[in-house]
Amino acid sequence: MTETAIEFRGVVKRYGEAVAVAGIDLTIAKGELVTFLGPSGCGKTTSLRLIAGLELPSEGQVLIAGRDVSRDPASARNVGMVFQSYALFPHMSVLDNVAYGPVIRGTKRPAARARAAEILDQVGLSGLHQRLPSELSGGQQQRVAVARAIVQQPDVILFDEPLSNVDAKLRRKVREEIRSLQRRFGLTAVYVTHDQEEALAVSDRIVVMQQGRIAQIGTPADLYERPASPFIADFIGDANLIAGHVAQGRFTAPGLSLDVPGPEGQAMLSLRPERIGLDPGGPDLIASATYLGSRIEYGIQTPAGDLLVSRPITETPLPVGTRVHLRIDPKDASRVA
Amino acid sequence: MSGVDARRIGLVWSGLLLLAVLLLPWFKGGGGSALTQALEGRVWLMPLVAIGGGLALLSAMARDWRIHPAGAVLVGAGLVWLILQGFAIGLRGPAIAGLETLLPASAAGQPGFGWGAWIAGIALIGALADLLAGRGFCRGERFAALSIIGIVAALSLFVFFPILRLVATAFVAADGTVSLAPFAARLTAPELWATRCLTGAGRCGVVINSVILGVLSATLATALGLALALLVARTDFRLKRLLRALSILPIITPPFVVGVAIIVLFGRTGIVTVELAELMGIRPTRWIYGLPGILMAQVLAFAPVTFLVILSALEAINPTLEEASTTLGARPVTTFRRVTWPLLRPALAAAFLLAFIESLSDFGNPIVLGGSYDVLSTRIFFAVVGAQYDLGHAATLSLILLALTVGAFWVQQRWVGRASYVTVTGKSDAGLTAAVPPLVKWAAIAAVVPFVVFTTGIYAIVLVGGFVGDIARMDLTPTIAHVWTAFSFEITDRGVQLFGSAWNSMITTLWVSALSAPLTMGIGILTAWLITRQDFTGKRLFEFGTLLSFAVPGTVVGVSYIAAFNVPPIDITGTLWILVICFVFRNMAVGMRAGVAALAQIDRSMEEASQTMGAGGGRVMVDVVLPLIKPAIFTALVYAFVTAMTAVSAVIFLVSARHNMATAYIMGRVENGEFALAIAYSTVLMLVMMACIALMNLGIGRRKLGRRSALSKGKAT
Ligand SMILES: Nc1ncnc2c1ncn2[C@@H]1O[C@H](COP(=O)(O)OP(=O)(O)O)[C@@H](O)[C@H]1O
Ligand SMILES: [Mg+2]
Repeated sequence: MTETAIEFRGVVKRYGEAVAVAGIDLTIAKGELVTFLGPSGCGKTTSLRLIAGLELPSEGQVLIAGRDVSRDPASARNVGMVFQSYALFPHMSVLDNVAYGPVIRGTKRPAARARAAEILDQVGLSGLHQRLPSELSGGQQQRVAVARAIVQQPDVILFDEPLSNVDAKLRRKVREEIRSLQRRFGLTAVYVTHDQEEALAVSDRIVVMQQGRIAQIGTPADLYERPASPFIADFIGDANLIAGHVAQGRFTAPGLSLDVPGPEGQAMLSLRPERIGLDPGGPDLIASATYLGSRIEYGIQTPAGDLLVSRPITETPLPVGTRVHLRIDPKDASRVA
Repeated sequence: MSGVDARRIGLVWSGLLLLAVLLLPWFKGGGGSALTQALEGRVWLMPLVAIGGGLALLSAMARDWRIHPAGAVLVGAGLVWLILQGFAIGLRGPAIAGLETLLPASAAGQPGFGWGAWIAGIALIGALADLLAGRGFCRGERFAALSIIGIVAALSLFVFFPILRLVATAFVAADGTVSLAPFAARLTAPELWATRCLTGAGRCGVVINSVILGVLSATLATALGLALALLVARTDFRLKRLLRALSILPIITPPFVVGVAIIVLFGRTGIVTVELAELMGIRPTRWIYGLPGILMAQVLAFAPVTFLVILSALEAINPTLEEASTTLGARPVTTFRRVTWPLLRPALAAAFLLAFIESLSDFGNPIVLGGSYDVLSTRIFFAVVGAQYDLGHAATLSLILLALTVGAFWVQQRWVGRASYVTVTGKSDAGLTAAVPPLVKWAAIAAVVPFVVFTTGIYAIVLVGGFVGDIARMDLTPTIAHVWTAFSFEITDRGVQLFGSAWNSMITTLWVSALSAPLTMGIGILTAWLITRQDFTGKRLFEFGTLLSFAVPGTVVGVSYIAAFNVPPIDITGTLWILVICFVFRNMAVGMRAGVAALAQIDRSMEEASQTMGAGGGRVMVDVVLPLIKPAIFTALVYAFVTAMTAVSAVIFLVSARHNMATAYIMGRVENGEFALAIAYSTVLMLVMMACIALMNLGIGRRKLGRRSALSKGKAT
């Protein structure tokens, strides 16, 4: 069994009447990168701050490295945090920003500076040590923030929407950098984002949150292929949600019938647009076709409702108005309700 | 990393408590410790000794005394008992009838709190703060918890408690009985509320007079402060440096001296009046005595304060905001109106508020220049020190004054609103400040020029007045006789002997100012930090408390301190400390406002970053907060120091023969008509202040956050 780095036990956080986190149980293993994903206001930042100790839980416990830290202030924990705004100290040089933590924790200044210089070199900032943060580009500032967060070998490093201040073009690169740093240093990391694509790309596991609760936890593939609810299916990637009925191992909706085992009764299936094939000639109608470079997205009118289908450009395009038949492998359908 | 060391903390507080009850003299004026006093009969002190022992035992034995139920019981009981016994048994016996049968020794009474009692109180309050932090108060941050509990305790003791005593006093009739009737009669007297002057049919009541003066004075001072700030921060106006210097002058001027100079210039036999009479045949009148004179003096006195407040807001505006607006094609007028102005609004409100409250609290100018224009502060003064001593009347007037200032504060708060003005973030903020539109610039110059001329005139009098024979009669023979009267000394073989009549008050003033300025600034900035950065239960109440301390006029403080601190358990009138305490709680609000304004523009995640790296609250303050708000600190420190040197409204009630203050001494000279001596002393006082401010400026330095400064490039500003 892998070692547990962080554990939430029935954690609740209230602000007066408002409930920001409404009961979370979660374990994060050492060396893992877990993302908190969810729409704005669902409690991601609050959960992250609960780990940092910048908020204390109203109920429940937070454990870091096996120790209950629920009542410990941030300064008594060993976490690194990269803030959305980076929060570099504007009055200190880059080197002193990074050396700050070790000095606070009792390292002599020369030794702390040496350690900081080493880390800065590793994140690719050699030669900029004496600059002030205001003299760096956004991407460089972020690297300083990361260096500052990892210099103390924290039990966990926390990222709050680290890409929100990065140019759209650079996001993929920065994301890769963060991921490779995390792997290289063997860091346990918690990463907050509202962008599902970003979450799928960087995470070992994703915690999807909804209104202060965990909606689903799983690997990116788990969440994409086996969403547990219509909310998740819709939030992660695109999904066709089809309402119907299950009886004797078959799901039926108007014009659609698939083998789906499971409890009988009302049901809802999620079908990914790229998992639906189109064969010419059939009951359904292509109402729209959008050319997207690498693929074409079709809007299909069916008795079960309008569906979105995405086909690679390598297939022969079908014109609008064509009658088609939908090809669906029951394995690709996941029951979400 | 291990968590907080609860045991060590507990032993520190209980150790301090034990030191206080076992060794230190418990009462004021020496004598035995609580333990020895208890053994000699004052048995009601025994529980405090027991609580000290109990707490020490508990922190040593329990896993975490802070969450142990007994911890809360011990600390709570200790605090309650300390206060109860103090108030239950007064100097001449129990305050509660029948207590002497229960505790025979209480018949002899007990003196006020001494070192032992004070330290015990501090230890219990510290323990309480840590106990709460251990239970999650302030996210477990000890420093924040200690600050909050400490400030709450101090505010309760030095702001709320005196006010409560004051309220009680307002209900006491002349014969000593307590009822509603005397208060109602005092409150509704027509001499307070008459509005005849508005219709031109006579005089207004003292309340109406005060309000008219306050509004006019605050409006003019804020406008002038804004004009000054804009010229200094945002234009290449050539007289910039002169303005900066000139604007410092009035703040460091004792209030009486401006009044005296105005009389010397515009009084019935004043220099200007006489000139005008000779040149143009304008008949000399006493027009200056009353609203015009007070207004003139107040605007001169308050404009520099509003200037500093507005300037620090102006300098803290992130230039990228204005840059962005200009880049988007906005004309300077639009940028100013849509970006700069809204960002300045909170500072303007703060400035106006400050000036309004200062005006209502001002005592020095109305008493010198008021003539028959009565205002609340002077009326209160005469009710306390005048022939018909009537503390009840003074208390009632004080409560009205208090209601006005608190009301003003409330209105201002509503107007400023709760908009967020975060413009300094951890991200880089390089940029150029925008220049103001020409129209605004010329309006500002038009406002500032008369101010410059006027100030120059006043200070010419002040500079010369102390060193010539008799300035009031245009006798300009140079002499140092006045200075020598105040500050004569002799160097003998036994060292320097001070003979001058002013030495005593000068030395006291320096001590009080040097002690109170850093304390005032510290508490003010700390409070600002707590209000902007901490979420804790009871925060609204805490804000209200600091609000109250801000809105209490000095005159009211003076009266309430007399009502509260003349008797045990806290009898501190006549000491140096009551002067220091008075200044700290009277002026902390200015540091607080400056701090709040500065902190509101700084992204709090920088502090959180520091915390996650292991810094406790104190380190965060020193390493991150203070360096980023240096202008606010400087403002707070200078203001605190200077007010302590120049304030008069509260101290006039609190000075004693032993601890006299410079302003009280000067007021005496003015009352005696010794204008030259008053001016000479004031000049010396101002020189001393300037030297001290220069030292502070050197110590703190000015902020530079990697901001390009095109305006100052090449010019040494
Ligand atoms: N300090 C606070 N006081 C009151 N409510 C807060 C505070 N911080 C967060 N909240 C509320 O808690 C909820 C969750 O906030 P947050 O964790 O910041 O969401 P997210 O990061 O997922 O967008 C929101 O509804 C927010 O308004
Ligand atoms: Mg967030």
